[in-house]
Amino acid sequence: MSSAVASHAHPPTSTGLDHRKIAIWAFIGSECMLFASLISTYLIYKGRSVVGPFPHEACLPPICVTALKPILNIPVTSFSTFVLLMSSLAMVLALAAVENRGKPGYEGILGSSKFWLLTTAILGTTFLGCQAYEFTSFVHEGLTIRTNLFGSSFFTLTGFHGAHVTAGVLWLLTLLSIDIKRGLQPKDALLVDISALYWHFVDVVWIAIFTLVYLIK
Amino acid sequence: MADHDSFTHTNPDIDVHAMGEVHEHPTWKQYKWVAVILTLITVVEVWIYYTPFKDSPLFAPVLLIMSAVKFAIVVLFYMHLKYDHKLFKALFTGPLIIAMSTLLALLFLFGKFSGKH
Repeated sequence: MSSAVASHAHPPTSTGLDHRKIAIWAFIGSECMLFASLISTYLIYKGRSVVGPFPHEACLPPICVTALKPILNIPVTSFSTFVLLMSSLAMVLALAAVENRGKPGYEGILGSSKFWLLTTAILGTTFLGCQAYEFTSFVHEGLTIRTNLFGSSFFTLTGFHGAHVTAGVLWLLTLLSIDIKRGLQPKDALLVDISALYWHFVDVVWIAIFTLVYLIK
Repeated sequence: MADHDSFTHTNPDIDVHAMGEVHEHPTWKQYKWVAVILTLITVVEVWIYYTPFKDSPLFAPVLLIMSAVKFAIVVLFYMHLKYDHKLFKALFTGPLIIAMSTLLALLFLFGKFSGKH
């Protein structure tokens, strides 16, 4: 360790751990509380909307002027959930490719950090595309952030998550550009590791949202 | 593409990972199985949504358990928390416990467990 640490010049820390990794875990911890507050708000308001559209139930006259079907689109959201789960797999493979750069057996696709970073970014963008489609269709069906309590809490929660995914995609594209420019080396593994932790966190938040918002009535 | 089953993150040349943070990472085989398990659980979640079981009182608890399992799998294996330093575990689980406690307390305070809403 001593030669490696000396050559990469990370200053010694009181904990013996890299401050950047401590920082990302502390950040993720704070994000847990942020999303818990947003999910709490959604759950508290759930079922208290006085006008439709509703998430799981049809809205019939006289509550609604015209009959409205349940608004949540489970097939599309299931697909986007699968996409986000697979993006996490691509992300761990990107990290593994950087860490194992130059090792025998990692010259192909499996060892290409560019390929896996790009794949993760594309899958993240696909998820965002699904979310954009969902939001647009909701607006066309009469649900906006101002329509009812469900709309307010739903768009706030999923919008915040989408903003996090967007930030993650930008982060991945930044890493990809660095990789293209000079090539990410094993000494850069922490940069990828930190972004991977953020990306996986975004994934686990969606796991909770998918169940609590979309599947449970 | 040699022996991918022995595909690990352990690399003595990585300085930052040698600072007591990571001792061992899952293998490629484990990553593959984690992805398969996550996909299967998601398929089951969506499948039971379209079955009469959706109207059962056990529907929500079963879904919550499956969701918790998926959450734990991603955190332990993809985020490597199972293999990481205990400080990182504390930094994640501490706020997570606070967050979950706050969520449950708020739901209780707003009567979500009383059956009125």
